[in-house]
Amino acid sequence: MTSTTTPVRARALRGALRTVGRIASTIWSNPRARIGVVLLAIFILAATFAPWLAPYGASQDGFERSAGGSAAHWLGTTAAGEDVLSQIIWGARVSVFVGFAAGAIATVIAVLIGLSWGYSRGFGGEVVGFIVNLFLVIPGLPLMIVIASYLQNGGIAMIIAVIVVTGWAWGARVLRSQTQTLRSRDFVTAARFAGDSSFRIIFREILPNMTSLITGAFFGAATAAILAEAGLEFLGLGDPTTVSWGTMLFWAQNSNALLTGQWLLLFAPGLCIALLATSLTLINFGVDGISNPRLREGKGR
Amino acid sequence: MTYALRKLGMLLLTLWAAVTLNFFLPRLMPGSPADAAIAKLSQNGPVSAATRAAIEAQLGVPGGNLLEQYVHYLQQVVTLDFGVSFTFYPEKVSDLVLTALPYTVVLVGIVTVLAFVIGTLIGVLAAWKRGTWMDTLPTLGGSFLSAFPYFWIALLLLFFAGYVGHLFPTSGASSPTAVPEFSLSFIGDLIYHAALPALTILITSLGGWILGMRNAMINTLGDDYVTFAEANGLRGRTVALKYAARNAILPNLTGFGLALGGVVGGSILVEQVYGYPGIGYLLYNAVVNQDYPLMQALFLMITVSVLIANFLVDILYGVLDPRTRR
Repeated sequence: MTSTTTPVRARALRGALRTVGRIASTIWSNPRARIGVVLLAIFILAATFAPWLAPYGASQDGFERSAGGSAAHWLGTTAAGEDVLSQIIWGARVSVFVGFAAGAIATVIAVLIGLSWGYSRGFGGEVVGFIVNLFLVIPGLPLMIVIASYLQNGGIAMIIAVIVVTGWAWGARVLRSQTQTLRSRDFVTAARFAGDSSFRIIFREILPNMTSLITGAFFGAATAAILAEAGLEFLGLGDPTTVSWGTMLFWAQNSNALLTGQWLLLFAPGLCIALLATSLTLINFGVDGISNPRLREGKGR
Repeated sequence: MTYALRKLGMLLLTLWAAVTLNFFLPRLMPGSPADAAIAKLSQNGPVSAATRAAIEAQLGVPGGNLLEQYVHYLQQVVTLDFGVSFTFYPEKVSDLVLTALPYTVVLVGIVTVLAFVIGTLIGVLAAWKRGTWMDTLPTLGGSFLSAFPYFWIALLLLFFAGYVGHLFPTSGASSPTAVPEFSLSFIGDLIYHAALPALTILITSLGGWILGMRNAMINTLGDDYVTFAEANGLRGRTVALKYAARNAILPNLTGFGLALGGVVGGSILVEQVYGYPGIGYLLYNAVVNQDYPLMQALFLMITVSVLIANFLVDILYGVLDPRTRR
């Protein structure tokens, strides 16, 4: 038994690795996407090695309050006497984690719904379509704010859940239209005549043809998640005791950093959010090139 | 005509679904939002039976008959009777919402149309001059700008143009001494106060339009009829604007309705930073004070506005593209 399945598995694994390699090299061949990959790597490294990189603890206080930049505190201190640079480095953990976790969960839901919805041709498809369109047009942030306000101070898990609830619909719609064009192709018809189950056709035959779209949907969802997380925490809807870029801006505004003139405290967290989100957008430039050769770099029209 | 009727039917169906979602949202939440709301309201004095009924219809009574509540709730929505706010006691929720609505509608409306026009033009130029700095600068800048958190741009502009530069007022929609009247000086005062919020929304929403139009335009530029037009020796500008851009603008317009939801969401954060008395600032106040009746009414109002705007874009799309009317 094992002697026959192992080579099959190995081949499937090698095939998957080759797909990942092909995506990675197409992304890397795009100069814009390359900048994005480097930026993202910096943030992931900062998040991983925060305990070694940060000069002080995330909520270690007792320093001079509301100080400007100095040799001891490069980016100054907060109104509670914490080191801003250390908080920036520690805060990377929350943004990177929420972005990837919420992006991944939203993408999995989008794949499940988008593919089965695109493959089915019945009344059920119409109902699912209506629900997806409803979630697309309902403004996401207000919905998140309302849900988060009922679940008072739920912390990071609550924020991820709220982002996923509002963030899966876009990917589902993109994947659905691609599934619709693929479902009438010959290889799908052949699989159907061979007696494969719908489940197998959707996830073994159609899914591998959409890796680039799924990658794109993931980076899109992760970008939206990072911005949404920061927005919710800025409004004070997360757990304000967590150290993240969003809560840093929340405390900066609440401690009147605008009046005391601490522009570094306002500037640094927002710039990090913007750079992290930009890195994912830039990577998506390269991902666009996988599915649409017209958008590839290098040659003009 | 059937196209418009079909879209109208779709609008009514989505409106009903949004209203129903708004009904179930507080009822699905842990705890009892209605009890919390009534407890808060009773701090201001005795709660009248009518107010209690209004809040319970909106937020739910534990163990009550769901169907009865739903009918009562629909009546409430149609008559715009959402009870009393306890943050701004004893103001009625509907009055508060209607006072704040024009600020947001005018601000977001004007800025969104501006951003669409400017962004689309830059996108056309970027695709036409593909590979040169006129392409690289707007696309890189655009993707960077659209990744900016709304509230961060708002904070920076407020800090540098408001507190440090003293170029613009730091909060409010008009000067404290201004008299609301239909005069040039009062309108000028309103514009002066709306300048920074408008600039913030413009900066953050521009990027999406540039990128969308550029990509759509690059696709049409690869089509045969564009090559044919060029081979015929037509001037570059004629090919770009009359052949390629006209067809590329349609897919970009579909994004308009969806982008609007994002802009409305972003404007909540912007209004909070600038203390601009629109829907978003009111929603922020409702959330901070756990003023659930006000919050539910505002969420409903925001959703309905976006749905109606989407419907109008759909109708416009049908007028512009005869193929969709089939």
